[in-house]
Amino acid sequence: MKIMNMVNAINDALDIKLGEDKSVIVYGEDVGVEGGVFRVTEGLQKKYGAERVFDTPLAESGIVGTAVGMAVAGLRPVVEMQFCGFIYPAFNQIISHASRMRNRSRGQLETPMVIRMPYGGGINALEHHSESMEAIFGHIPGLKVVVPSTPHDAKGMLIAAIESNDTILFMEPKRIYRAIKQEVEEGKFSIPLGKASVLAQGNDVTVVAYGAMVREVQKAMLMAKEAGISVELIDLRSIYPVDRETIAKSVKKTGRIITVTEGPRTYGVGSEISQIAIEEAFLHLEAPPSRVSGYDVIVPLPKGEHHYMQDPYKIFYEIERIVKY
Amino acid sequence: MFDEYNPLNKAMFRVIDNDGKVVNKKWMPQIDDDKLLKIYKDILFARTADLQIVSYQRQGRIFTYPPNYGQEAIAAAAGVLIRENDWLVPAFREMGAMLAKGVTLKEIFLYFMGYEDGSAFKNAKYTLPMSVPISSQLPHAAGIGYAVKYKKEDKVVIGFAGDAGTSEGDFHEALNFAGVWKVPVIFIIQNNQYGISTPVRMQTASDSLAIKSIAYGVKGIQVDGNDFFAMYKTIEESVRICRNGEGPVLIEAVTYRKGAHTTSDDPTKYRSKVEEEEWDAKDPVKRLRAYLIDKNLWTLEQEEKIIPQYKEEIDRQFTEAEKYGPYPAGDIFRFLYAEMPDDLREQQAQYERFLAWKSTKVK
Repeated sequence: MKIMNMVNAINDALDIKLGEDKSVIVYGEDVGVEGGVFRVTEGLQKKYGAERVFDTPLAESGIVGTAVGMAVAGLRPVVEMQFCGFIYPAFNQIISHASRMRNRSRGQLETPMVIRMPYGGGINALEHHSESMEAIFGHIPGLKVVVPSTPHDAKGMLIAAIESNDTILFMEPKRIYRAIKQEVEEGKFSIPLGKASVLAQGNDVTVVAYGAMVREVQKAMLMAKEAGISVELIDLRSIYPVDRETIAKSVKKTGRIITVTEGPRTYGVGSEISQIAIEEAFLHLEAPPSRVSGYDVIVPLPKGEHHYMQDPYKIFYEIERIVKY
Repeated sequence: MFDEYNPLNKAMFRVIDNDGKVVNKKWMPQIDDDKLLKIYKDILFARTADLQIVSYQRQGRIFTYPPNYGQEAIAAAAGVLIRENDWLVPAFREMGAMLAKGVTLKEIFLYFMGYEDGSAFKNAKYTLPMSVPISSQLPHAAGIGYAVKYKKEDKVVIGFAGDAGTSEGDFHEALNFAGVWKVPVIFIIQNNQYGISTPVRMQTASDSLAIKSIAYGVKGIQVDGNDFFAMYKTIEESVRICRNGEGPVLIEAVTYRKGAHTTSDDPTKYRSKVEEEEWDAKDPVKRLRAYLIDKNLWTLEQEEKIIPQYKEEIDRQFTEAEKYGPYPAGDIFRFLYAEMPDDLREQQAQYERFLAWKSTKVK
C-alpha cells in the first residue's frame, strides 16, 4: 500500500501499462515535457521516451482522430484532452468514428483507446474549464464513459480502461485530483468497468453520485446522521454502461432515490438514473426520484459558481425533503 | 519530380495529352505491356461496374450511390501500386483501389444495399471502410502512419479525400500531424471540381490544393488525375519517398466528376453542358485507350467484346448480393462493443420478445 492522491494514482496506472505493454502510447497537449497541465503524466516521457509519451500540435480532433488510426493499426493510445471544455473539436471523431468503427466493420476493426480528460467545477477556473458534460457522451452508442471518485478507483479503472478493447472516455474530477489521499494498492490491479460501488449502507434514502460529488454527499451524510437519517451512498463510477442492478437493489430497500450530479439537469445523468429507479422499483418508491444537479445554465465564472455547484447543504436539504415526503 | 513540379510553380504534372500522346517522356513510367493491358482492363471493369450500379439504383435495387465515373485513373493508379500490406484509407469514391486491395464487388454492393457486412472485408487486409463524414478519415491515415513508423513496419498509408474536403479542419490537422511526425502517408485529394454543387473556387482562395502542402512543410504536387501515367508516376515516386522516411506527401489529382455527386443529386442544376463536354475530352479511359490503340496493344473490337463479359460478371455478383438474405436483428447490437454491456443485452432481449409477439400477430 502507498498513500496517493488521484494524480499519483493515474500516473501510476499509466506507468504500469506503459511498462508492460509496448502498444500503449500516451499523448496530447503538453503531456510530454511538462507532464500535463495537472502533472498527471509527469515523468513518463523521461521514463519511456518521446516516441511513446509526447506532445502534439494543439488540435483535439487531430489527437482523437489519429488515435483512431493508431488503434485500428494495433496500438493502444491513451490520449488527453486538456480540459473537458476543449473536447468539442474532437466530438466528430468520437461520435463518427471512435464509437462506430467496430460496428461499421462488423468487428473486423477495433478501437482500443482511452480518452482521458479532467472535468467539473469548483476550482475557480476560467470559462470553459468547469463543465460536466458526461451526459452528452453517455448518449453515444459504442462509447463507454467512466468517472472515478477516489485514487484507488482511478488507478484500477484506468488500467481496466487501457486493457479494454472498447473506446473509453475516462473523466477525471479535477476538483479532487489532489484533495483526497488514500492508501492505494501497489502494482497492477484493475476494477471492472460498468460496476457501481456501494460506499455506505443505509435504509432511508439512496443517494447516487460520482466523481467529485461523492465527497460532497459524504459531507451531507454527516448532517443527515445528526438528523437521524440513514443514507445509502452509491458511487456510480460508470455513466455508460449504467449499473442498473445496484441501483435497483438499493432503491427496493430504501424506497427513495436522489441523484447528485454536476451537469445541467435536463436530459442529465440524474434523469436516466431516476428512470431506472422507476422502471426497476416502481412499487417500492415512497417519494418521487429527485435530482440535485446543476441548473440548465452556463457554469458561472468563479464569483458566481457557488450558485451553480452542489454543496453538502443543497444535498442535505434535498435528503431531508425527500425523506419527509 | 516534386522539385520540378513544386506547387509554387503552378505547373500541373502530366505525361500524356488528351489524345493519349506522350508529351513528357522524362517522367513516363516504365510499365510492361502485359501489366498495362491488365491495368486498363481493371479500369474498364471498374467503370462498367460503376455505371451499372447507377442503373441498379435507377431500378430501385440499390440505395444512394456516389459514382466514380470520370475519376477512375486515380484510384486505379493507387490500386496498382498499393501492396497487400499497405494501408488504404478511402473516402467513398475509390472503387478501383478497393477492388485492387481485395474488397469484392459483392461487398461494395452489399454496403450500398444497406448491409454493414459490406464493410467487413473478408479478403482485403489493412483497408478501412468507406468514410462518409468528409475528410474525417484523414487523421486516421496520419495515426496509422504513426503506428507503422512506431512498429518499424515497411508499409505506406494511402488516404483519400475530395477537393471540398480540404476545407475541413480534419484535412488541416491530418496534414499537420503527419508533417510533424514525418510519417509514411500519401494523401490523395481527388479534385473533381465540385463538392456536391459547390465549385472548388468557392472552397479556397489558394492557387491550387497542392500548394497547401507548402504550409505543412510536406512535399506536394498537382497532377492531371485523368492521366493514368502521371498518377502512376506520382504515386510510385510518393511511395519511394515515404519508404525513405521522407513522407508524408500531398497529391492533388485534378479530375472531373462526370456523374452526379450521388444518385440523389442533379448536376444540371449547377454546371453547364459546355463544361461537361470540355472535360469529356479529357476523360481518363479515353486517353489511356488512345495510348493503347496507338501502341497496337488494344482494339475497339476487343473492347466491344469484353464489355458484355464484364457486365455479365458484374450482374452475377449483383444478383448474388441480392440473395444475401434478411438482416438478423441481433446484428444491430452485437458488434458495437468488444464487451457488450448488460443493459444493451437486455435491450436486445426486449426487442426479441417484441418480435416474437409480433410474429404471432402479423402473418
